[in-house]
Parts: sequence; C-alpha cells; structure tokens
Amino acid sequence: MSEEFKIEIVNPEKSFLTKEDVTEVVVPAFEGEMGILKDHISIISFLKPGIIKIFSKSGEDNYYVEDGIVEFKNNNLSVLTSSIFNIKDIDKNKISELLTQAEENSKNSEITDQNKYLVDQKIEVLKTIN
Amino acid sequence: MATLDDLKKRIASVKSTQKITKAMKMVAAAKLRRAQENAEKGRPYSEKMNNIILNLSSGISDKENAPKLLSGTGEDKVHLCIVLTSDRGLCGGFNTNIIKKAKAYFQKISDEGKTLKIITVGSKGYDQLKRAYKNDIVERISFKDSKTINYLDAEKVGKMIIENFEKKEFDVCTIFYNKFKNVITQIPQEQQIIPLKTSEAEENSSEDNYEFEPDEDEILSNLLPKNISTQIFKAMLENSASEQGSRMSAMDNATRNAGEMVDKLTIEYNRSRQAAITKELIEIISGAESL
Repeated sequence: MSEEFKIEIVNPEKSFLTKEDVTEVVVPAFEGEMGILKDHISIISFLKPGIIKIFSKSGEDNYYVEDGIVEFKNNNLSVLTSSIFNIKDIDKNKISELLTQAEENSKNSEITDQNKYLVDQKIEVLKTIN
Repeated sequence: MATLDDLKKRIASVKSTQKITKAMKMVAAAKLRRAQENAEKGRPYSEKMNNIILNLSSGISDKENAPKLLSGTGEDKVHLCIVLTSDRGLCGGFNTNIIKKAKAYFQKISDEGKTLKIITVGSKGYDQLKRAYKNDIVERISFKDSKTINYLDAEKVGKMIIENFEKKEFDVCTIFYNKFKNVITQIPQEQQIIPLKTSEAEENSSEDNYEFEPDEDEILSNLLPKNISTQIFKAMLENSASEQGSRMSAMDNATRNAGEMVDKLTIEYNRSRQAAITKELIEIISGAESL
C-alpha cells in the first residue's frame, strides 16, 4: 500500500506548489512542530514562523513560512500562506533584511505578548537558516 | 458649409484619434490576459480560505461568544462601505457601474436613518463620489504607485478596516467591486464582509469532523482578519481584470465609431470637392456661351 499523499501550498497570488508523492510533512504549527503522515485525522491549525519540511521520493524540500493555515482532510494537505520562500532559492540579503525588520519589531514596546512570541520565533528561525 | 480645408483637417484629427484608441485597445487586451490569469490563479486561495471558515464557523458551539468579526456587534447603526474603482479613466462604464450600485446602497442606508461611512479605493471612485458624499468619505486610498496588484496592498486596507472595527467605528462593512464575467460583461457586486455571511455553511458541513489545534475560537480569531484581506485582494483582482476588459471593449467601440466617422467625412469631402469643380465648369461654360 502506498504511503503517499498530496500536498498543495497556495499563496494569494497563485498556487505555489502541488505534489502528489509526499510521504511526510513537518509543519511549524502554533503549538509546536507537527508531523503529518498519510491517514492523519482531519485537522485545522495555524502556523507560526518556521520551516515546512516536505519529504517525498525525490528527496527533502524545505520552505520558510511566516504565517498561514494548514488543513488536512482525506489525505489532502492544504497550506494557505501569504509569505513562503524555498530555502534553496532564498537570497541571503533577503534573510538579513527580514531579520533586521523582525528585530526592530521585537524592540517595539507596544507589542502584545502573542506578537512578541511570534517575532521571537521568527528571529530564531531566520538565524538558523542564515 | 465647411470648406474643403476644414474637412481635411477634421478627417486627419479623427484618424489620429482612431490610432490612439486602437493602440489603447491593444494594450488593454494584453493587460487583460495577464489580469485574467492573475485572477484565476488567486481563486484557489480565497476559495480554500472560505471553505475552512465555513467548516470552522459551523463547528462553533457557543454562538454567543463567537468572534465579533463573524457574528457582528449586535447593532446595525453605522455602515462602512468600501468602494473599489480604478485609478484611470477611459474604460467605458466600469467606474460608473460600481458607483451606481454603491449610490443605490447609500440611499437605502440614509433612508433607514443609519450612519454612512465611505472608504474609496482608487481615485476615480473618489472623484465621482466627492460631490454628493464628501462628508461621508472617511478615507481615500489609491495604489497608483504599485504596478501590479499585490497582496500587501490588500493587507493594508484589511488591517485598516479591522483597526476601525476594533475601535467600534462601524457595525457592518460592505465592499463594492466589479466581478469579471467576460470581456463584455462585468457585474457590479455588493458583498458584505463584516459580519461574515455564512448562509452556505449548512450544506457541506455535516460530515467533516476536524481536530483543531489550538481550539476553534483561537483559530477563527486568527483567521477572520486574514479573510478580510483575502476578500479585498480577490475584489482587487476581479476589478483589475474587469477594468481591462471594460477598457478593451470601450476602445474597440471608439475605434469603430472613429472609422465610421472617417468614412462619412470622406464622402462629404469628396462631394464638396466635386461640387466646387462642377460650379467652376458651369461658370466657364456660361461665360463662353454669353460671348
């Protein structure tokens, strides 16, 4: 029996990625990283800044996301996100730009606790891929 | 009667106008294709978003404490209208149709004695509304500088709406835009985004048993603001495709009209030239006869 399922990543402008032969996906869900295999129960969750890891026969792909929603249903995983980058293609300058922006945000004194948590997450992730 | 010289000048001017309208038509056609592609590419996102929200909102047991963006403030006094129009003119009835639809709605609101607030997106809408509704317009936004429609612009508008909503500036929010059906037909739309209408929720929600992480309320309150931006983005995409379509058919008509006019003027020109020649001949002949 095949252990594969379908993943679809869409952003507002277009359908970013569709893959039929995915064996495992790890998404940075709000309450911690979550691994999804075939026949996972239907789930809806939202993402915090982090890395989506997609394992398929052709290898492993990593994508950096800032926010989004995941929905898994009938072996279809949909990821809706407004900001996603393939880590292989992402420009070093772009990363440092995002990083400085995030660091500025975190220094802002009016930030709410939840936003602060998200921004700190973002800084951490950006530092690891930089 | 116009002299030969005048006619010649008019023919030349109509011809050069025709050249311009023809060029504009070509440009609109090229842009239309791109805009249409973008609108189609953007559809999956808003559809999926809608589905998830429908599933979520049907799953909420405790309607009383549902997020305000979904259930509304419980009042119906202040209406916020977002009117999305283009930044450029010469696109037929595109802007007028939206404004007409919006004005009908404004009339209804003020007849019912409710307060009206207007945000215009795109400068043409502001131009047309400022005379009658100057005091109701609370904000005017224009994206003249950004070449393509991008999500960041839509997000800015969305964030502004949500901020105002949280400050309790309004109770109901409606957006007006043109939905792209095909090149000839664009349908002005009136869509209520706050509180969200979930009339279709009943049909397809029965079997989906989702697990939520964290709980429904939290996801919903995270998702609903995003949905506002998404809806606006969708409206902007539809609008830009409609604008180009509308401009293309308007310019096509203009080119055809100019062609007809050139034909008419040419006939008139030829006739009066012939008349002048005949007149001269008659003069010569009758002069010779009298000798």
